[in-house]
Amino acid sequence: MQEEIFVSGRNIPHIDPILQVWHFPISLYLFLGGMAAGIIFFASLFTVLRKEKEVQTTVKTGMLIALIGIVIGLIALLYDLTHMFYAWQLYTTIRIESPMSWGAWVLLIITFLLTFWVFSYFTEMFPKWDWKFDFLKNLEKFFQKNRRIMAMIMLPLSIILGVYTGILLSAFNARPLWNNAILGPLFLTSGLSTGAAAIILFSKDHFEKHLFTKIDLALVVLELGLIIHMLMGMYAGSHVQLEAMQILVGGEFTLMFFGFVVILGLIVPGIMEGIELMGHKVPSYVPALLVLIGGFIFRIVMVEAGQITRYLY
Amino acid sequence: MNNSRRTFIKISAMGMGGVALSTTAFGSISNEFLSDDNLLAKTAKNLKRTPTYCEVCFWKCAAWAYTDENNNIKKLIGNENDPHCNGRLCPRGTGGVGMYADEDRLKTPLIRVKGKNGEDDTYRKASWEEALTLIANKMAEVKDKYGPESMALLKHGSPGSHLEHLFKAYGSDSIAEPAYAQCRGPRETGFGLTFGSWIGSPEPTDIRDTKCLVLIGSHIGENMHNSQVQEMSDAIDNGATIIAVDPRLSTAASKAQHWLAIKPSTDIALLLAWMHVLIYEDIYDKEYVKQYGFGFDELKEHVKEYTPEWAYGITTIKPEEIRKTARVMAASAPSVIVHPGRHVVWYGDDSQRERAIAMLNGLLGSWGRRGGFYFKEKVKVPKFPHPPYPKPKWGWEEIGEKYPYAEMGITSELIKASIPGENEEHPIKAWIVAGTNLVNTVPQREMIEKAIDSLEFIAVIDTMPMEITGYADVVLPECTYLERYDGIRSATNREPSIALRMPAAKPKYESKPVWWIAKQLGEKLGLHDYFNYNDFEEVIAWQLKQMGTSLEEMKKIGVKKFPRKSGPIFLEEGQPYEFATDSGKIEFYSPDLAEKGFDPMPKYTDHKQPDQGFYRLNYGRSPMHTFSRTINNPNLFDLKSENKLWVNPKVARVEGLKNDQEVWLENQDGIHSTFPIKVRVTERIRWDSVYMYHGFGHNNKKLSRAFGMGESDTKLMTRVVVDPLMGGTAMRGNFVRILTENPNKDIES
Amino acid sequence: MRYAMVIDTLKCVGCSDCVVACQTENEVPIGYCRDWVTETVNGAYPTVEIELKSERCNHCDNAPCVRCCPTGASHIVEGGIVKVTHDECIGCGACIESCPYDARYQHPEGYVDKCTFCHHRLEEGQNPACVSVCPTKCMYFGDLDDPTSEVSELLKSRKHKVLAPEAGTDPNVYYLIK
Ligand SMILES: Nc1nc2c(c(=O)[nH]1)N[C@H]1C(S)=C(S)[C@@H](COP(=O)(O)OP(=O)(O)OC[C@H]3O[C@@H](n4cnc5c(=O)[nH]c(N)nc54)[C@H](O)[C@@H]3O)O[C@H]1N2
Ligand SMILES: Nc1nc2c(c(=O)[nH]1)N[C@H]1C(S)=C(S)[C@@H](COP(=O)(O)OP(=O)(O)OC[C@H]3O[C@@H](n4cnc5c(=O)[nH]c(N)nc54)[C@H](O)[C@@H]3O)O[C@H]1N2
Ligand code: SF4
Ligand code: SF4
Ligand code: SF4
Ligand code: SF4
Ligand code: SF4
Ligand SMILES: [Mo]
Repeated sequence: MQEEIFVSGRNIPHIDPILQVWHFPISLYLFLGGMAAGIIFFASLFTVLRKEKEVQTTVKTGMLIALIGIVIGLIALLYDLTHMFYAWQLYTTIRIESPMSWGAWVLLIITFLLTFWVFSYFTEMFPKWDWKFDFLKNLEKFFQKNRRIMAMIMLPLSIILGVYTGILLSAFNARPLWNNAILGPLFLTSGLSTGAAAIILFSKDHFEKHLFTKIDLALVVLELGLIIHMLMGMYAGSHVQLEAMQILVGGEFTLMFFGFVVILGLIVPGIMEGIELMGHKVPSYVPALLVLIGGFIFRIVMVEAGQITRYLY
Repeated sequence: MNNSRRTFIKISAMGMGGVALSTTAFGSISNEFLSDDNLLAKTAKNLKRTPTYCEVCFWKCAAWAYTDENNNIKKLIGNENDPHCNGRLCPRGTGGVGMYADEDRLKTPLIRVKGKNGEDDTYRKASWEEALTLIANKMAEVKDKYGPESMALLKHGSPGSHLEHLFKAYGSDSIAEPAYAQCRGPRETGFGLTFGSWIGSPEPTDIRDTKCLVLIGSHIGENMHNSQVQEMSDAIDNGATIIAVDPRLSTAASKAQHWLAIKPSTDIALLLAWMHVLIYEDIYDKEYVKQYGFGFDELKEHVKEYTPEWAYGITTIKPEEIRKTARVMAASAPSVIVHPGRHVVWYGDDSQRERAIAMLNGLLGSWGRRGGFYFKEKVKVPKFPHPPYPKPKWGWEEIGEKYPYAEMGITSELIKASIPGENEEHPIKAWIVAGTNLVNTVPQREMIEKAIDSLEFIAVIDTMPMEITGYADVVLPECTYLERYDGIRSATNREPSIALRMPAAKPKYESKPVWWIAKQLGEKLGLHDYFNYNDFEEVIAWQLKQMGTSLEEMKKIGVKKFPRKSGPIFLEEGQPYEFATDSGKIEFYSPDLAEKGFDPMPKYTDHKQPDQGFYRLNYGRSPMHTFSRTINNPNLFDLKSENKLWVNPKVARVEGLKNDQEVWLENQDGIHSTFPIKVRVTERIRWDSVYMYHGFGHNNKKLSRAFGMGESDTKLMTRVVVDPLMGGTAMRGNFVRILTENPNKDIES
Repeated sequence: MRYAMVIDTLKCVGCSDCVVACQTENEVPIGYCRDWVTETVNGAYPTVEIELKSERCNHCDNAPCVRCCPTGASHIVEGGIVKVTHDECIGCGACIESCPYDARYQHPEGYVDKCTFCHHRLEEGQNPACVSVCPTKCMYFGDLDDPTSEVSELLKSRKHKVLAPEAGTDPNVYYLIK
């Protein structure tokens, strides 16, 4: 028999349980960040392609939701900082090696651009709104004119943001569950998919809905592929990765992962979207909601499960 | 109406409402913002240091207490010059700050208030004047009614000497401490009978220079007696062979080249077989035995039958292993130590086992030899002048007269004498208890509770609201060792040394040092001439001056060494030497034992093994704790907050136990554990025993951290075998069953 | 200058003095720790072996905690000591997640704290608190760049290991083994 114990230290109230320093807000932040990245990506893409007229919900309500999402996400992030009043220290330096650092910068830039973007659509979205001051009106016009430039900047940034939500985790090779190269693309895909789902949920335009259902289905299939890839990778990986995988496939997170993420969050909505695309009537908010909920639970599972996987030495 | 009067009060009960919450010095440092550890470094420089010696156990390591500008004690560091610690305290000594900082400490004197209409008794706060007057009056009353001898002192540690002085001045010599009959007694008897010398504390073992260290049970490394642990490490560095005889894989056993996983209770068989091998393979130290030995031929004849093959059947240790280890010892001799151990009250024939150990050392020629046992020496601290003590009519000797080799008071016999009818000639009527948590220290709790119920008065002097305080009529809060002067430490060693203890901080709350308490009681009893000083500092200053140093010097250095005067530390080749035995020699055969009707040479006797479904209750030390006294210490509690029940995986399978599962225990007499204890499934323990650290399972709620954490081994020790030579209470003959359901459901715990 | 700690598992008795000494030296609050002790038991009674060791931040040459820190609060100073500047730390926890040894903790004040190799003591020419208190003297501290230092000599003459080498962190705490 092998036995490994802490003789002292560590197994005390304030250390081991709390070493799981990331909690629910981080999952929320990653989820909202990913979803926002998805929406921004689509809105920017269609704008760059000069097809924004066809996806009006995406560029208007969608981007407003993305902005709200990012702001809530940022609040959640701040809330989870334990030395919150020093948060400004984030913006005293750029540290390329730290995803947290460049992520914070990307987020800051995107938040500004997104605010300008939403600003530029404000009177279109709320026709009764009246900017009391002329300079605001002029500013709105200025942003309206430069939407395409903003889109051109935001397009790559949104991809970075989407990937970042995954890389933030995968950069930690101390947590075997996170430490794999698939996590970036996987989180990006999931972000795009939840972005698309959000658009489906809010769009009233049939064409737009149909378009994003197609896109989402493709993303769902891709995401399933990536998840299989990730699990296979871990299966073939080191002892610690194998143990990490076990948490997902045969451990305390299995129900959440397979039940809520893979089946209810991907396979079921995927099938429903397929049925819908074949022309059958399906209430489109159902798969969209499932994808969103699944995406959120996915972040929770990855954040929570990842933190309990560790190097056994 | 006597029997309910001293029901145990969990001091947390009413009557304590007014006690203000104190803040822990170390609980948080929130009001002080540390921007960087440079700041720490700066504060560190401002610390003031005061000499002390540690009271967390009885090794008494000299240390420096560091206090900050607010007079808070921050850390304790060993005194470099001290042979007990060499500048390194053990974890308990380092964590000694927690003794001072513990916010659960006793804060004021307390007086028992009888509960009205069947309600529980409570305590009320009292002034020192009131509490001391009450105790002095009781002492006077006992003296009038029964004679001063009926007033007993049960003590341990530094408070002891001050109270001993008071008691002797008052006329009582009914004094005992658990460090004898619950601890070292048998080895002092066994070695005394053989070499004419006590082992004493610290043990005069030259471990650092040894080539072979044999540990019979003694679990150095868990038993953290400091310089021994340090020297065992030196011995490892020097490539010494360690032979550990222990049914459990102790930490020391894990460092040993030879771990003899002996069947519990069979050590004497192994010791006899070892002697057989040494003698019949002719590899004992012939010169040494010839020159210093007495009764070797009798021994040779005696151990003839005790072959390794014979011992194998008893100990389960293979004959070739016994032979091999005996040869290793012989090859290392005389630089070999068969360690006497310290807590040696195991199976009742302990003095005889210790004698076997002593004789083995005799055969190996290790007494008085480098790498064996050195001749220890200490300096005498002159007694502060006082009138001669009155002569009591009887005292601890008479109380323990059944045990001819007892050389100190037998705690358990004093306790027994407190039960009416148990000792008509020497009845004990009242106790002062200081520095010993008797109920968690002495086995057979039922007997202690019976004694307590019968007593007319109990005063307890402690620093913490330990179990024993809950039985007291008056509780006096002593300040901790870090807040007081105490007697000069003078202990035996290679080189004599003394150490000073002085207050590093003012006593917290209303606590007071025992020297002050003793003096106040003395004054009230009209014994002023025995306490002819205002402050104990005067006594120390006077003594130091007599010894050729001064308080000023000692405040600066903390420890002072003196040159040896008693002669060389080891025997020279062929040096004539007279041992302090009757024959003047090392007694392999003891005529004195024979004359008193005991075995003149140790014999092996069988001890009961556990019945089906029961396991032997084995216990020992947690390296981070001292008995029950440190469990509530915030720093040390942090390291180890509960004891666990070690069980072998086989046992776990049979009993269906998992790691960290909570279980309860029931002993052979149907006594249950009060609290659940968590299981540790481990290969370090045999399948016929379970193991736990001693000291846990506190049941006084006022110990806010320690309460209910783990289980008390003492509570499960209802059966003891008394050593017929010196009265030690052997504790290792208790057996337990493992229960997976709480047997105390309807009992309030 | 490359500081390293060398710990002899053959002498360590698991007493945890190193833990409590760190606590009192560095004012680590009760309930937290910068170092800790582990025990590994292998075998079956009565052929059982124990390895006891005191663990702490490894002051990794390739420190993921420093890499992932967004503010630079975690940084490396002279001698390779990895430190945290408390008032640059935002408490994001990234470094905690990044450390394969779980060597960091969140101080109740909010910032992240860890072993400093007792930098403040080194500056005064003293050994780290844990090293200087260890009753078995099984801990050694010194400069690996100096081939004559005690730590260099020990690593030359004794078999040793580091923890989780597969994590690729290049630790500077070494364990002497059989
Ligand atoms: N940390 C710490 N250190 C202490 C103390 C403390 O409270 N805490 N107390 C100090 C005091 S006062 C004392 S007396 C000493 C006591 O310390 P020791 O004298 O070392 O005590 P032992 O009872 O010999 O040690 C217990 C060991 O005996 C083994 N044992 C049990 N039964 C048998 C048996 O039948 N045969 C053999 N050979 N071994 C057996 C147990 O498995 C265990 O490993 O410790 C001192 N040191
Ligand atoms: N079951 C079991 N019983 C044992 C042992 C065992 O291993 N198992 N070991 C035995 C051995 S070897 C020994 S030596 C004895 C030890 O027996 P004790 O000395 O009784 O052991 P502790 O439980 O530490 O109790 C010490 C008491 O002194 C108090 N105290 C501490 N410091 C001070 C102080 O400065 N002033 C005053 N006034 N009080 C203070 C503590 O709060 C505590 O109540 O126990 C023996 N009993
Ligand atoms: S051995 Fe430890 S607890 Fe005992 S006196 Fe020394 S430092 Fe204190
Ligand atoms: S102080 Fe030394 S012996 Fe004790 S646990 Fe720490 S490293 Fe081991
Ligand atoms: S042990 Fe952990 S905290 Fe220390 S340097 Fe390495 S990664 Fe960083
Ligand atoms: S918690 Fe502090 S030290 Fe750690 S990565 Fe974040 S800012 Fe850096
Ligand atoms: S080196 Fe200093 S900070 Fe690090 S564990 Fe040791 S005592 Fe603590
Ligand atoms: Mo003892």
